[in-house]
Amino acid sequence: MTWAAIAIALIQLVFFVFLAPLVVGVIRQVRARLEGRAGAGVWQPWRDVRKLLRKNPVHAEGSSWILTAGPLTVLVSSLLLCALLPLVGTLSIPLIPNDLFVIVSLMLVGVVALALVGLDAGTAFGGMGSSRHMTVAALVEPTVLLAIYALSIPAGTSTLSVIVGTRLQTPAVILSPVSVLAMVALAIAIMAETGRLPVDNPSTHLELTMMHEAMVLEASGRDLAWLELGSWLKLAALLGLLGNLAAPWGILTDLSIWSVAVGIIAVAAKVLLLGILLGAGEIFLAKVRLFRVPELLAGSFTLALLAVTASYLVA
Amino acid sequence: MTAVTAGMLAQFVLASITAALAFSVPASVRAVVSGIACALTAAAGVVTGALVLAGVEGSLTLALALPVDPLVFEPTRLGGLFMVVISSVGVLVSVFGIGYAHGTAAARTSWMSLAFFLLAMQMVPAAADSVSFLLMWETMALCSTILLLAEHRNRREVSSAAIWYSAMSQLSFLLLLGGFGVLAATVGSTSLAAIGSSVSHSPAGGLAFVLLIVGFGSKAGLVPVHVWLPRAHPEAPSHISAAMSAAMVSVGAYGALMVCMRLLHDGPLWWGLAIMVIGGVSAVYGILQASVNSNLKVLLAHSTTENMGLVFLAIGASVVLRGSGATAAADAAMLAALLLTVSHALFKATLFLGAGAIQHATGEVNLDRLGGLLRRMPWTSAAFGVAAMAAAALPITSGFVAEWVLLQAFIHGSPAGGAPVSVAVSVAMPLGVAIVALTAGLALLTFVKAYGIAFLSRPRSAQTTASEVPVVMRISMVVGAVAVLAVGVLPGPVAATVASTMRLTREPLVYMVGAGGISIPGIGVLLDPGALAVLAALIMVPIVVIVLIVSPNHPRRLSALPWGGGGSRARPRMQYTATSYAEPLVRVFDDVLKPSRDVQVTHLGESQYLVQRVQVEQRVTDLIESRLYRPLLNRAQSFGKLARRAQNGSIHLYLGYSFAALLIILVVVAV
Amino acid sequence: MSAAGLARMIARAGRIAEPAPPAPALAAGAEVFGGSVDVRFINAGGCSDCALEVMSALGPVYDVERYGIRLVASPRHADVLLIVGAVTQNLLEPLRRTIEATPTPRFVIAVGDCAISGGAVGNGYGVFGPVSSVVDVDLNVPGSPPEPAQIVEALRRVSGR
Repeated sequence: MTWAAIAIALIQLVFFVFLAPLVVGVIRQVRARLEGRAGAGVWQPWRDVRKLLRKNPVHAEGSSWILTAGPLTVLVSSLLLCALLPLVGTLSIPLIPNDLFVIVSLMLVGVVALALVGLDAGTAFGGMGSSRHMTVAALVEPTVLLAIYALSIPAGTSTLSVIVGTRLQTPAVILSPVSVLAMVALAIAIMAETGRLPVDNPSTHLELTMMHEAMVLEASGRDLAWLELGSWLKLAALLGLLGNLAAPWGILTDLSIWSVAVGIIAVAAKVLLLGILLGAGEIFLAKVRLFRVPELLAGSFTLALLAVTASYLVA
Repeated sequence: MTAVTAGMLAQFVLASITAALAFSVPASVRAVVSGIACALTAAAGVVTGALVLAGVEGSLTLALALPVDPLVFEPTRLGGLFMVVISSVGVLVSVFGIGYAHGTAAARTSWMSLAFFLLAMQMVPAAADSVSFLLMWETMALCSTILLLAEHRNRREVSSAAIWYSAMSQLSFLLLLGGFGVLAATVGSTSLAAIGSSVSHSPAGGLAFVLLIVGFGSKAGLVPVHVWLPRAHPEAPSHISAAMSAAMVSVGAYGALMVCMRLLHDGPLWWGLAIMVIGGVSAVYGILQASVNSNLKVLLAHSTTENMGLVFLAIGASVVLRGSGATAAADAAMLAALLLTVSHALFKATLFLGAGAIQHATGEVNLDRLGGLLRRMPWTSAAFGVAAMAAAALPITSGFVAEWVLLQAFIHGSPAGGAPVSVAVSVAMPLGVAIVALTAGLALLTFVKAYGIAFLSRPRSAQTTASEVPVVMRISMVVGAVAVLAVGVLPGPVAATVASTMRLTREPLVYMVGAGGISIPGIGVLLDPGALAVLAALIMVPIVVIVLIVSPNHPRRLSALPWGGGGSRARPRMQYTATSYAEPLVRVFDDVLKPSRDVQVTHLGESQYLVQRVQVEQRVTDLIESRLYRPLLNRAQSFGKLARRAQNGSIHLYLGYSFAALLIILVVVAV
Repeated sequence: MSAAGLARMIARAGRIAEPAPPAPALAAGAEVFGGSVDVRFINAGGCSDCALEVMSALGPVYDVERYGIRLVASPRHADVLLIVGAVTQNLLEPLRRTIEATPTPRFVIAVGDCAISGGAVGNGYGVFGPVSSVVDVDLNVPGSPPEPAQIVEALRRVSGR
C-alpha cells in the first residue's frame, strides 16, 4: 500500500510536470483561435521554459536570497500539490493525508513565497502586486475551506482521496444540490486563486491592472521559469481536482498497469477539457475592478456556507 | 517534601534573591546578574512544571502575615503544563533583557518587579485555592504595571497606557473576585478542588461562569474588554511586552480552561455558544485591526487578541460539542485550545523579542520606516520569519498543527453513532470553520506584511546603520524559533503530553505515528509533518540537480537598479509601505474599520487651480473604544462633575451633611 | 454586447490572421531562443509613425504569436528590444537603464530610419543620436516608416519560425 501510494505520487508528479505547460498551451491556443488568429501551438509554453533556462538572470543591488529561494519554494509547493492531490489515483501516502487544511496550507506556502518575491523587488509594482495578491488570497481561503468541508460531509472525512473515492462509489452524491453549490463555490475560488479572469488577467501588459504579473516583473531567467512553471502546475493540479470531483470515473483505486494507463488518460482528458472550457469562457469575460473582487468572493462564500448548513440540516 | 514542593519553594526563594541582588549590585553588572537570576527563577518554574507533568505531586503552604488563610499551592497537570509554558517564556525574556534593557528599563525597580512578575505568573497556575490564585493574580498585575511604566518620563503615551491597563486589570480582578466569591459561597470553601460539576447547572454557577469568563477574557484580551492590550503591550519595553503578550495572556487562557475543564465542567449549551461568540468576534476583530496597522508592536498586540479569540473559540466549540454528544470531537477541540495556547506563547514571545531587536538596532518600530533588514540582521530575520510562519499557520510550524487539530475537531463534529445533528452544532461548526479560515487568511496577509516590509527590499528611511543585535539577545530569539519548529515537526509527543492534562472520557486521545506525528483515532485523523518535510526535501532533489547543471553556464549578473519603469527618480521611497500594503483591505472592510480620512489642500496664492500642498491623513481607530468606552467614560465624567457640586468647600454645608447622616442613622436604628 | 452576440461575431469572422509568408533565415546568435521570443518595445523619441506600424505588426492580422513572438511589459522578461525613433536626450538614461535591465543573451532591433541613422530628426538639439550610438544593434529595419511585414520579418529572423 505504501509503495503503491508513493508510486502513484511519483507518476502524478512526472506526468503533471509534462501536462501543465500543455494545458496552458491549450488555453492560449483556444483563445487565439477564437480571436481569429493562428496561435503559437500547444507546445509554446515548453519553448518558453527552455529559453528562460538559457538566459542569464539579472538581480538588482540590494535584493536578497528571497529572489532565488522564493521561486524554488513556489515550484516545490506546486509540485507537492501535484503529488498529494487525488489526480491519477485515490491512494494517499501514509502519514501525509491530503486533507483540506494540509492541501490549502501547502498552496498558501507558494502564495506567501510569491508575495515575498514581489516585496523583495523593491519597486512600487512588486509591492502593489503583492498587496492585491494577498488580499485576494485572504478572502478566498474561507470559501475554499468551506467548499471542501461541504464536500466532506457525505464522505465523513475531509481527506480528498476519500471524498473522491466516495463520489466514485455513489455517483448520486455528485448531483445533489449541496455538492453542486459547493463545486460552483470551489470553481470560483480556484479561478481567483490561480489568477484567471475575471479576477486577474494573465496576459495584461499594463502594470496597474496586474496582480500576479506585477510580482514577477523583477524575475528573469531561471527564476522566472520556476515561477511560471509553479503557477502552471498549480492551475493544472486544481483543474485536475475539480475534474475528479465532478466526474471521478477513470481515477484508479488500486495499482495495476492497466489502471495507471486509464488513470493518466482520464485525468489528462479532464484537465484538457476544463482548460478548453476555461480558454473559451475567458473570451466572454472582462477583468473586474479590484474592489469588486471581494463582492464576487463574498458571493462564492455565501454559496459554500449555504452548502454546508444545508447538508447538515437536510441530511 | 516532594520535588515539586521543593521546586515551588525554590521559585519563591530565587525570586527574593533576585530582587535582593537587583537592589544591591552596582549598575554596571546589574543587567547581567539580575537577568541570570531571573532566568534561574524561571528555570525553576520550568523544572517544577515538568515534574508535575511527569506525574509528581506536591503541595506548598505559605502562611502570611495577612489576615487570610495560608496560601496553598498544589498544581494539577494542567497547571503544570502552564507553568512550563509560562516559565519558558520567562527564561527567554530574562536572557533577552540582559542585552536589551537600557535606561529606566534597566533600573533597580524594573528588575525587582520583573523577578516578582515572573514568580507571580508562574505561581498562578499552581494555586489550589481562590485566595492564593487572586493574590498571585494581583501581584502579577501590579508588577506588570510597574514594568509598563518604565519609560513614562520619555513618552507621554506610556502614562495613558498604564492608566488604561491598570483600570482594566482591576476590572478583571473585581470580576474574578465576584466569580470566585459566588463559587466559594455556593460550595462553602475557597479550595478550587472542592468545586465540582454540581454547581454548573445552577443559577449561581451561571453567574460565576459569566463573571469568571469575562474576567479571564479581559486578561486574555478579548473583545470588548481588550482595549488595554493595544495600548499597553507596545508601550512596555520589548522584553516586557513579550512576557505580557506571550505569558500573561496565557494565564488568562489558563483561567478559562480551568473554568471549563475543572471548575464548571459539563456546562449547559449556552455557555459554549457564548464563549464561541466572544472568541470568534475577538479573532476576526483582532486580526483585522492587526492587518491594517503599521506599528509593528501594535500589530503584534492585536494579533494576540486574535489568537486568544481562537483559543476561546476552541474552548466554546468543545463545550458545545460535548453538550451535543460528540465527545471525541469535543476532546479534540479542547486539545486544539491547549495546543493553540502553547503555540501562541512560543511564537508571540519570539515575535516580540524580534521586534525588540529591531527597535534596539534601528530605533524604529514603525513599519513604514523600516526595510532591508534581512542582510544586516540575518539571525533576527530568521527567527522572526519562523515565528511569523507559525502565526500565519504555515506548515512545519506549531501554529499549523494547532489549527489543523482545531479544524479537524470542527469538521468531525457530527455525534457518534449517526445521531441527528442539533441546530446549534450545524450552524456553529460551519461558522467556526469560516471564522478560522478568515482569520488564517488575514493573518497570512498581516505577517507577510510585517516580515516583508520590515526585512525585505530597501530601507525606507535613513536607518541604514542597523546591525545585528548582541549574542545574548540572539540566543533567546533562536531558541524560541527552534521551539516553534520542534513543536511543528514533532507534534505527537507534545500533543500527547498536552492531552494528559485533560480530563478525558476514555482511552488516550492522542497517539504518535511515524517519527513524531500526531494521530487522533477518536475522530479518525492523523498527520506527520516530518514526513511532509521529507517529501518536500525529496522533491527538491531533482530541481537542485537541474539548477546545478544549468547555472554554471548562465551566471547571474548584478544590476544597479531594480526595474521600476526606467524612470530617473527611482528611490527607496517609491516602494510600497505597510500602510499602502493594507489599503485594499481597509477599503474592503471599511464598514467595520470606519477609517477617517482628512484631505487638506493648500492653494497657491488666490488661485483655485494651482495647488501648493496636499495633505492626506487616514486614521483607523478602535471602533469599540470610540463607540463603547468613550460614551461610558464621558458619562462617568459628567456624573463626577455633578457630584462635585455637592463638595463646594463650605464648612457649613459639610457640618450639615454630618448632622443629616446622624439623623438618618438614628431613624434607621429606631426603625 | 451579449455573449450570444459575441459568439455570433466570432463565428462570422473566422480566421483574421493572414497566411504566413515563407520563413526568413535565422539571424546569427538567435538559436539560443529556440522559437520563443519576448519583445520589449521602446519608443526612444520618434514621431510615432514607426510605433503605429509596430502596433499593426503586433496585431491579429499579422499574428506574430504564431511565430513564438510575444510582447512583454518588463525588460527583465525580454529577449528582444525593439527600438523606434532616434534617441532623444530625455530618453537616453531610461534607454540605458532598460538595456541594462535586460538579461543576456539579447537582441537589439532598430526600426525605422531615425533609429538607424538619425533620419529626419538627425541633428536636432534634443537628439542624442541613433540607437547605434548607445548600444550595439543586431538587426536594422530600414524605412520611414517600414512596412509591418518588414518588422514581422525581422522578428522572425530572431525566432526562426
